[in-house]
Amino acid sequence: MFNHLLSLLIWLPIVGAVPVLLAGAARPNVARWLALLFMVLTFVVSLFLLPQYDATQGGMQLVESHLWIASLNVHYGLAVDGISVALILLTTIVGILVVIGAWEVIQNKTHQYMAAMLVLEGLMIGVFCATDALLFYVFFEAMLIPMFILIGIWGGPRRVYATLKFFIYTFLGSIFMLIALLYLYHKAGTFDLRTLAALPLTFTEQAWIFFAFLLAFAIKVPMVPVHTWLPDAHVEAPTGGSVVLAAVMLKVGTYGMLRFILPIVPDAGAHFTWVVVLLSLVAIVYIGYVALVQEDMKKLVAYSSVAHMGFVTLGIFIAFMLARELGDVDTARLGMQGAMVQMISHGFVSGAMFTCIGVMYDRLHTRLIKDYGGLINVMPWFGFFYVLFAMANCGLPGTSGFVGEFMVILASFKASPWIALFAAFTLIIGAGYTLWLVKRVLWGEIHNPHVAEMKDISGRETLVLGAFAALVLALGIWPEPLIHLMDSSVTQLVQQLAIHKI
Amino acid sequence: MITLSHFIVLGAILFCIAVAGLFINRKNVIVLLMAIELMLLAVNINFVAFSRFGHDVAGQVFVFFILTVAAAESAIGLAILVLLFRNRSTVNVAEIDSMKG
Amino acid sequence: MALSTSILLVIALAPLVGCLLAGFLGKQIGRAGAHSVTILGLLISCGLSFYVLYQLVWGGAANYDQNLYTWFEIGKFNASVGFMVDRLTAMMMVVVTFVSLLVHVYTIGYMHDDPGYQRFFSYISLFTFSMLMLVMANNFLQLFFGWEAVGLVSYLLIGFWYKRPTAIFANLKAFLVNRVGDFGFLLGIAAVLTFLGTLDYATAFAAAPTLVGKTLAITQNVQWDAATVICVLLFIGAMGKSAQVPLHVWLPDSMEGPTPISALIHAATMVTAGIFMVARMSPLFELSQSALSFVMVIGATGALFTGLIGIVQNDIKRVIAYSTLSQLGYMTVALGVSAYAGAVFHLMTHAFFKALLFLGAGSVIIAMHHEQDMRYMGGLRKYMPITWITMWIGSLALVAIPFTSGFYSKDAIIEAVGESHRWGAAYAYFCVMAGAFVTATYTFRQMYLTFHGKERFTVVHDHGHGHHVEHMDDHGHHEQGIMHETPKESPWVVTLPLVLLAIPSLLVGFFTVKPMLFGGWFGSAIRVNGANDVLGEMGHEFHGALAMALHGFWSLPFGLVVLAFAITTYIYLFNTSVADKLKNALNPFYQMLNHKYWFDAVYYVLFARGGVKLGRLFWKAGDAAVIDGVMIDGTTAMTRRLASGMRRLQSGYLYQYAFAMIIGLILLLGGYWLFGPMLAAQ
Repeated sequence: MFNHLLSLLIWLPIVGAVPVLLAGAARPNVARWLALLFMVLTFVVSLFLLPQYDATQGGMQLVESHLWIASLNVHYGLAVDGISVALILLTTIVGILVVIGAWEVIQNKTHQYMAAMLVLEGLMIGVFCATDALLFYVFFEAMLIPMFILIGIWGGPRRVYATLKFFIYTFLGSIFMLIALLYLYHKAGTFDLRTLAALPLTFTEQAWIFFAFLLAFAIKVPMVPVHTWLPDAHVEAPTGGSVVLAAVMLKVGTYGMLRFILPIVPDAGAHFTWVVVLLSLVAIVYIGYVALVQEDMKKLVAYSSVAHMGFVTLGIFIAFMLARELGDVDTARLGMQGAMVQMISHGFVSGAMFTCIGVMYDRLHTRLIKDYGGLINVMPWFGFFYVLFAMANCGLPGTSGFVGEFMVILASFKASPWIALFAAFTLIIGAGYTLWLVKRVLWGEIHNPHVAEMKDISGRETLVLGAFAALVLALGIWPEPLIHLMDSSVTQLVQQLAIHKI
Repeated sequence: MITLSHFIVLGAILFCIAVAGLFINRKNVIVLLMAIELMLLAVNINFVAFSRFGHDVAGQVFVFFILTVAAAESAIGLAILVLLFRNRSTVNVAEIDSMKG
Repeated sequence: MALSTSILLVIALAPLVGCLLAGFLGKQIGRAGAHSVTILGLLISCGLSFYVLYQLVWGGAANYDQNLYTWFEIGKFNASVGFMVDRLTAMMMVVVTFVSLLVHVYTIGYMHDDPGYQRFFSYISLFTFSMLMLVMANNFLQLFFGWEAVGLVSYLLIGFWYKRPTAIFANLKAFLVNRVGDFGFLLGIAAVLTFLGTLDYATAFAAAPTLVGKTLAITQNVQWDAATVICVLLFIGAMGKSAQVPLHVWLPDSMEGPTPISALIHAATMVTAGIFMVARMSPLFELSQSALSFVMVIGATGALFTGLIGIVQNDIKRVIAYSTLSQLGYMTVALGVSAYAGAVFHLMTHAFFKALLFLGAGSVIIAMHHEQDMRYMGGLRKYMPITWITMWIGSLALVAIPFTSGFYSKDAIIEAVGESHRWGAAYAYFCVMAGAFVTATYTFRQMYLTFHGKERFTVVHDHGHGHHVEHMDDHGHHEQGIMHETPKESPWVVTLPLVLLAIPSLLVGFFTVKPMLFGGWFGSAIRVNGANDVLGEMGHEFHGALAMALHGFWSLPFGLVVLAFAITTYIYLFNTSVADKLKNALNPFYQMLNHKYWFDAVYYVLFARGGVKLGRLFWKAGDAAVIDGVMIDGTTAMTRRLASGMRRLQSGYLYQYAFAMIIGLILLLGGYWLFGPMLAAQ
């Protein structure tokens, strides 16, 4: 079993989608339980990664490789390092919570919804395991389809616009990636990432490839100014779709940067670091202000996601400045680790925030902030969770939201105090938009009579929010296990980006 | 002695007839289909002729492809046409424009 | 012998356990259960804190500095959670747990009728835990954790009555203003890590001397002294938490919270975290004269000018709040002149007497059924003698009458400022001196308005409403100046803490002034360079607490207090019309004070309104217009236009296609005929 652990992880949920689909619309409960069963199974299997993966050693482990398309020398190549393991665990955990969260909420075509979730999960795990660029590309693109379906069928009123925007945006980016990959294939004769990493490239080549990759992944992250698909997609997506989108799919973008930009085009990356750093800072400050004035809760959280992902890109690229220009590997590792932790943490925090909004939406069928107010009067337990996640969202120490931001700010001060200054601005603006949201939604008198009839969270909702809360707090209080899991991989990445390829 | 030019001229004439058919008859779909078939025929003659005189069998292989496609095309085209005529009682192209955006 | 880790853990965690029990099982354990568990937790914590202090001071225990667990470890960087307990910490622990314990007891009476009883106990226990984590930290990370956690609890407690619009405005404001400070603080921590390579106190302080001569490149040509940058940034954090000008605006508004937390958080403990932090960082601050000057000037400004606002306030709690701002200014000045021990000493005495004043004010507020406006009080002393006496004790300590604890700490600060030769010391000396007069003025005014003079309320015995329970929620529903029953002394759970706080307010200074200020009591916790050591200078002239107090009667500050006493007594006891005349005569001045120098108005317009405006501009002009409008929808529109143009070519008429084919053929052949020879020639 352990020889094919990764294949099992990818295909278990995808194959599991078949019986779920067969359960049919008439037997939604069967579909739900089956979906939950497969999600839990996948999670259990993913837990085996922890003992199987040797965190002290680092590097790519649990390797699987089979020839897939012989004429093109494409391999079905899978392997994981610490970063992948962390992200896979994030995916499988979020998968379970999403299924539970959608339990009663999705009444229409339940079996299809659950099946789409299962397929999506398998594909996302595939992205995090692939060591062959073409395989990665296939998973990367295939992931769009279930998400397209999720938003398109169970979405809100403007779902057609949103899905189209989402699809075309991300597709546009991946086309550029494909071109870059084809060029690399032309040079190297293989799609194997390790070979590509060792491939010598001139600076001009690197620059072109860098921008092709950057566009593909920046759209996925998303970075300013290609972020506008995200608020629309989130607003229209069903709660579960939003949770997966925010918690896992966005990470595919930054993960791609780690796997493609850093090893393949390190020189161009180092040369154009300022572009990404600048865009990240713009994301943190500018998007913070945009989030402040949103009237739709989901849009607000979506914008805050963009700002938080800005920390991830900042952390990754600040490592270039530190490792290359200053030769300070340890601080570079600090920044890179901050980015990684922020990735995982944002998965939990934004997932939780979107779940909270879903809880409210299920009761009042509106996401407009002005329709709420005084929720704490009728939903005290919900209020507890909401405040907790809001605090995590604005990076309060003791919650996971703090860890990554803290590490990135610490590292960026070394690169330049100005970068740290703008990055730390999130402390103010993040608290501003999050707590203003809390103030308008939670505190105050009830002015909408429908709010007065809202019931506090059910046992099922408590379970989901409680799980998120436990993860957010655990990661905030003791991040060392996660950091240790990823440390050797991060170290290798940092060493790799210090290598000149020209 | 029949030379390559004869075949090419024949092809050209057939092609011109077909083009003339398209121009002169602008309405009847059946005639249009026939004109298109004639064009393909003209091309086929060229292919075969070049293949024969150029000693390259690929041209003739290509003709088979074209013939197959043409056959399929006219089969489907005629089937559509029959349906169309049943529904609309006309084969006039000018009147069949309901799919025009 | 050494301090035991488990005892320290129990001290920190006992309140947390109480908090969790009261918070999550509040319904199950009931009101009595909630206050029992939290008070029990605090009792344990407080008792052990005293034990730790005893161990350190008399038991000969060595300072404790150990990590509990590793938070992260990346290369040479290591962040841990751990405790550092020396005398400074132990003193803070005792003050925090002692005041917190009394506030817990007091809350039983004060929050008696409140529906959020259990929640309140849970919050204040959580606060105690956070504050203990802050003071016991042995590294910057944990300090920041405690720093933000107390801010969170403060946010929750200011907005405790979440239905009140003013309360939820105030808590948001408090959190955001604090965040501005934390912004600087976090950058300060980042600077520490950058220059000293560690987050651990002991290592950082040991490496502090290496900062000398190091600079930070701000631009290509501008280099700033590293120590100054670090200290100023850290101090910005302290400015937020300890409400220093210009980040002081949140503290008066925080009075929207229940009175017990005004006493605990917004007077005695949390707001002094900044003072504690700077004192803790003394090895760093000692490296930068400019940073210390900055600290001193900021503190002096606060000490005088926020005190002035207190004179015109009518809300009994707000007077004390402005007094807190002013006293925090005093502590900051002391830090600025390198009299760290003086600052911490004042922190301690202030914690006692200011908590006393707040709790006393709370007792008055209970008696007045949640009326806080002093204009509708007066003559209360005969109804509530214990509150009256204890509040006088607190007031005397506040105005620094010799022999009270406030005298020793405040007089020492004033003298230390006088001794200092740092840039700006003259200005600071003027501020703290004038501040003494201002302090006395608002304090006596408050006491007279509340407890003395005529009763400015009428008691209407209305049996229909006689048993009407005044909930906190219907604040403002009742008519001002009308009482339904005569005010009466508060129950023992309220008065007991008053008495217990009155004792240290009076006496603690007398017994501790010698060791704490001049005896090097803090040991290695506070480091002062020889050249800066003003307290050391003063120590040569110190001949015991008794002599100091006697000398205090002949000093200028005492004269100012007597002057203020005379003026206020005349105005508020004998000729009340003078106050109004003065107000009218000095109207511009009065307006300036009444509007708090327009800080709030300007901030609101500039940052709150301005932020929203800017956000809307970014959203509408940036995201909606440029990115979505031009880039995305523009591309779509262009594609559509192009497509509709192309569609015209696709007419569907076969003869048109044939025609296009023929034209194409002609062009091709014609082109070949015309240019063919030319191409062939090449």
